[in-house]
Amino acid sequence: MTVDYVLRRLGMFVLIIFVAGTLNFAIPRLRPTNPVEERMNQLLQQAGGVHIANVKEMIASYEERFGLNNPLWRQYLNYWIALAKLDFGQSIAYFPADVTREVMRSMPWTLGLVGVTTVMAAVIGSFFGAWLGWTRTPIAVSFVVPLLLIVTAVPFYLLGLLMLWVFTVFWPVLPGGGAHDPLIAPAFDLTTIIDIVQHAILPGAAIILSSVGFWGLGMRGMMVTTMGDDFIKLAEFKGLKERRIFLRYAVRNALLPQVTGLAINIGFVVSGSVLVEVLFAYPGIGNLLYTAITSNDYFLIQGVLMYVIFAVGLMLFIVDLIYPLIDPRIRYRSA
Amino acid sequence: MANMDTTALEPQLPSSYDVTVFEEETRWVKVSGAIRRNVLLFAGSLLILAIVLFAVAGSLIIDEKRTEVGFAHAERETADGSIKEVVAPRLKPSGEFWFGTDQFARDIFAYVAYGTLGTLWMGLIAGIIGIGIGTLLGFIGGYFGGWLDAVIVVLSDALITIPGLMLLITISAYLDQLTVEQLGILIGVISWMGTTRVVRAQVLTLKNRAYVEVSKFNGQGDMEIVVSELIPNLAPFIAAAFVGAVAGAILLSIGLSALGLGPQNEPSLGLMAFWFIRFGAVPQGMWWWFGPPIVVIAIFIVGLFMITAGLDQIANPRLRTSV
Repeated sequence: MTVDYVLRRLGMFVLIIFVAGTLNFAIPRLRPTNPVEERMNQLLQQAGGVHIANVKEMIASYEERFGLNNPLWRQYLNYWIALAKLDFGQSIAYFPADVTREVMRSMPWTLGLVGVTTVMAAVIGSFFGAWLGWTRTPIAVSFVVPLLLIVTAVPFYLLGLLMLWVFTVFWPVLPGGGAHDPLIAPAFDLTTIIDIVQHAILPGAAIILSSVGFWGLGMRGMMVTTMGDDFIKLAEFKGLKERRIFLRYAVRNALLPQVTGLAINIGFVVSGSVLVEVLFAYPGIGNLLYTAITSNDYFLIQGVLMYVIFAVGLMLFIVDLIYPLIDPRIRYRSA
Repeated sequence: MANMDTTALEPQLPSSYDVTVFEEETRWVKVSGAIRRNVLLFAGSLLILAIVLFAVAGSLIIDEKRTEVGFAHAERETADGSIKEVVAPRLKPSGEFWFGTDQFARDIFAYVAYGTLGTLWMGLIAGIIGIGIGTLLGFIGGYFGGWLDAVIVVLSDALITIPGLMLLITISAYLDQLTVEQLGILIGVISWMGTTRVVRAQVLTLKNRAYVEVSKFNGQGDMEIVVSELIPNLAPFIAAAFVGAVAGAILLSIGLSALGLGPQNEPSLGLMAFWFIRFGAVPQGMWWWFGPPIVVIAIFIVGLFMITAGLDQIANPRLRTSV
């Protein structure tokens, strides 16, 4: 792994943040009228008594931060300076709550749910796909593959909806929403953990079910290609045990592109989990974004999006750094 | 073979008899062989055709009034014993309302037909625009190279990592009502990167092939080479990318609409998802409300996947023996 390679990947990461940040800056300004000012004037009209002081304070803080009377380049510069300090301003709906604090409060739930389920889906799917690519029995190919296609085709949230119906209405065995029982005082004990796991089963299963197909089909494709390679033939001719050929020769090599698959899949999983969280009222980032949208809380929307893109970019960067460590064939200088 | 035209078998003129049978037979063998070799492509196309037919025929035959709020009426006995026509929401499927009615007394069957049409139309617009931009940039980058290529590669690499739904949410949170067409255009504009990558990579491998060199020596211009040599070879890749783009666009639009940020005034499957999530179809156990759109979406996406897989087999012969 060369310094050059790491620098180039880092450059990419910075570029992603730059593009996303610039879009985030530019899009609200494409409108002839400023939506934030509109929203605040609206609040000013609605608010009476105690709230009016709040709204005025909000407007003052907003103008101080963004100085819309400044020239555009100055606004742009201020915007990046604020971003660098992780300062996304204050939420409009929960004024004077800090956007960053709101995001940080929701982040652990999403990381836990999406992180655990993604890893589980990747492991289950990859080995399932490896088996499908290895056996090539007609039953596997003609029944399991279409089944995988179908569960992959239905979006996360719609699959989640079906499961919600089956397990909370039709056969009510699982809780239908939230991340934990509000009646149980949060503590680090067994009851709390069981409760949290119980609440995570349905949204988690929705994510796993619909991404297992993605991993399985990808792995199967790679296995088929790998099995046609000469080194497999050689291993067969050498009379190696099937198990060894399967694990050490076929799976080991077919698994590598799955790591890149992880990179491609992250953005997809994050987007999908937004909707899953909304559906299951799971108090993560997706739900926060949803509330922000429904209450026109522009700062919160911007903040959540920038954090999500930052997280996705960071994970891609990490995957890019891990990849050459596990795939010795790759020489990055030429890539 | 059973459907073969038997008149061709009647011995009229010996020569034409031979030729007709031979031609008929080989054509049939060719078609059936192609179908057998590419079951996926064929079955996928059938699924898509079924959905398109359902949407087009449904919206032509069914009165649009049935999709309006408060359409469904049913006779009910009132407190004083007289029979009165009242608005009938939440009806189970019946002979009159095949898929029942929703919370707002709309005919779900009619709504699904119109909604499918809206969603398909949106996906088609997005697919065409995405594929147009993607192919153009891929050609420019791959064929001409240089700094332009570098810019295209870096830009597409950066944009492809930004989750499309996130970008769409940002944009539409600031826009007023979108129409189905505007949403299609918007999704097309933000989802060209995948196509650009595929096309660029293919152009890079194709442009140094001998037959392209020959065309160059023959004095063909760049445009001519692109049109006569490159596009025909790229067709399966572009077709597969198009199908993928339509599927992606439809899933994106449904996700966006389910959050309540999509077009609100025209029926679409995504808007339907918004309604049934927001108004608790699940806790109410109204499976006939959320079931039909989910089934339509699943059939459609599976169909598109199968077509992509089939096209991949054409474009990439190594996969052919495996399925």
